[in-house]
Amino acid sequence: MNFIYELHRTMMSEKLILVYQGDFTQETTKSILTMAERNLDSSGEGSSTKRKVFNVMVEALQNIVKHSDELVDGETRSHAAIFLIGKQANRYSIMSGNPIRKENIAKLEKKLEHINGLDKDGLKDLYKEIIKNTTISEKGGASLGFVDMARKSGEKLEFSFPEMNSEYCFFCLKVNVPRGEE
Amino acid sequence: MEILNLEGAEDTPKIILDKKNGIFEISGRSLPEDSAEFYRPILEWIGNYSGDPNPSTEFVFKLEYFNTASSKLILDVLSALEDIKGMKIMWYYHEDDEDMEEAGQEFSELVEIPFEFKTY
Repeated sequence: MNFIYELHRTMMSEKLILVYQGDFTQETTKSILTMAERNLDSSGEGSSTKRKVFNVMVEALQNIVKHSDELVDGETRSHAAIFLIGKQANRYSIMSGNPIRKENIAKLEKKLEHINGLDKDGLKDLYKEIIKNTTISEKGGASLGFVDMARKSGEKLEFSFPEMNSEYCFFCLKVNVPRGEE
Repeated sequence: MEILNLEGAEDTPKIILDKKNGIFEISGRSLPEDSAEFYRPILEWIGNYSGDPNPSTEFVFKLEYFNTASSKLILDVLSALEDIKGMKIMWYYHEDDEDMEEAGQEFSELVEIPFEFKTY
């Protein structure tokens, strides 16, 4: 049972204030948002930081709900993904991880690198271009979510794709939101 | 014309579209699971209204938060309002919410409708 303590220690050392693993739906999204909001409220966080964290959380959570690839391993099918919030002295980190089929990585990586190459005005222009020129696809537009996260963060999106098996990688995303400038 | 009145929820905005009393308002939070589905009746209502609108219309947006999927549909709503004569958008934002103010400005640059900005 020592893993419980190990997990606890990891959460403490990484300064994680919320970890959720499992299936992600609109209902779990709402529950996680409620929990996180309560936490932000009780810690007396400034309203601007609070709104930005909320914003990034929604996009990250809905990205998982809409875009996470279903992991098929023999008989087992799973949507299991992970969502974490870290709280450091100077920033919040909103992090997510979900399975992605290897053939889908190149396209996603290109989008993220394009977004990371843009400055504030570039992101604003891209945002306007996307909402104006695309009709919402059946699954909703993920790239708009990433653009919005980058805008609210003001920092580069951090991402990696560690390998799970021959068919899947795990898409890890970290979005920082600086704390309190008010 | 029928009144469209939707109670707000934690992930959907409150909607009142009432031609007779001249109340047109979308307020609260918008992060529905399926934004296209949620906004469909609103777009339909506006489509009907545009056939026989009031001489002037003040359409109020008083949003606390909307997600990116909703932003596309909000632009669709604005585009549907664009062709109605006497249309004016009242864009409310919380006084310390610069992001919501900026969002309104961005929308105003994407459609040809006068916007008035107000804080609450």
